[in-house]
Amino acid sequence: MDTPSSPPASASPRAQGRLGRDVQAKIGNQLRAIYDDVVQEGVPDRFVELLKRLDKKDEKGSDS
Amino acid sequence: MTLDPSVRDAVLAAVPSLRAFAISLCGNVDRADDLVQETLLRALANIDSFEPGSNMPAWLFTILRNLFRSEYRKRRREVEDADGTYAQSLKSQPEQSGHVEFQEFRAALGKLPPDQREALILVGASGFSYEEAAEICGCAVGTIKSRVNRARARLADMLSIESMEDFGPDVATRAILSGTTSR
Repeated sequence: MDTPSSPPASASPRAQGRLGRDVQAKIGNQLRAIYDDVVQEGVPDRFVELLKRLDKKDEKGSDS
Repeated sequence: MTLDPSVRDAVLAAVPSLRAFAISLCGNVDRADDLVQETLLRALANIDSFEPGSNMPAWLFTILRNLFRSEYRKRRREVEDADGTYAQSLKSQPEQSGHVEFQEFRAALGKLPPDQREALILVGASGFSYEEAAEICGCAVGTIKSRVNRARARLADMLSIESMEDFGPDVATRAILSGTTSR
């Protein structure tokens, strides 16, 4: 499953060479932007509630 | 067994990043949140195996990744093109982060082999070291490094191809017509 449908490397001038610094930076920035979008949403109530519930349940006895 | 408040806080503190990782793995917010929930349940059921003072985020990421992997394998048997489904689900939520630029990037990310995608995200976005990422993925440090490199090269390739198509022949034609020879 290494290269299912990738275009021939010759299609891109960058395919063979090393990545330019601008390209690396752009990839890094976009990756972090997408990631941080989610991180900034913080902890949804759903998970705070879940931990509270588990905490109480554990006191009564586990059922995992 | 009661949950130690400091452990609970450490778990909660890792949730935002866990979600971001989960979304990048499954490409779907609802599935990702279910995966995070499963991860928390699993983690708390096995909290005794967590060594106090060790790396809580890495421990949780490992659990999440393993859960995703076993689910992925299962789904793969059920659905033929798991990768295609992933790419589709990414495309179906363009409003998640407004910019067109990000949509293209997401689509390209979705086309990476899962191994490369997760390595790139752990190192490039979650901020884990190569060593930590290797531990999370249960492989050698060198393997992580090469996956990250291949992921970057492939993304650069896909994105530059797309931008070449965007500006493609028209720009060249206009340049020729206007007599521009600077580049």
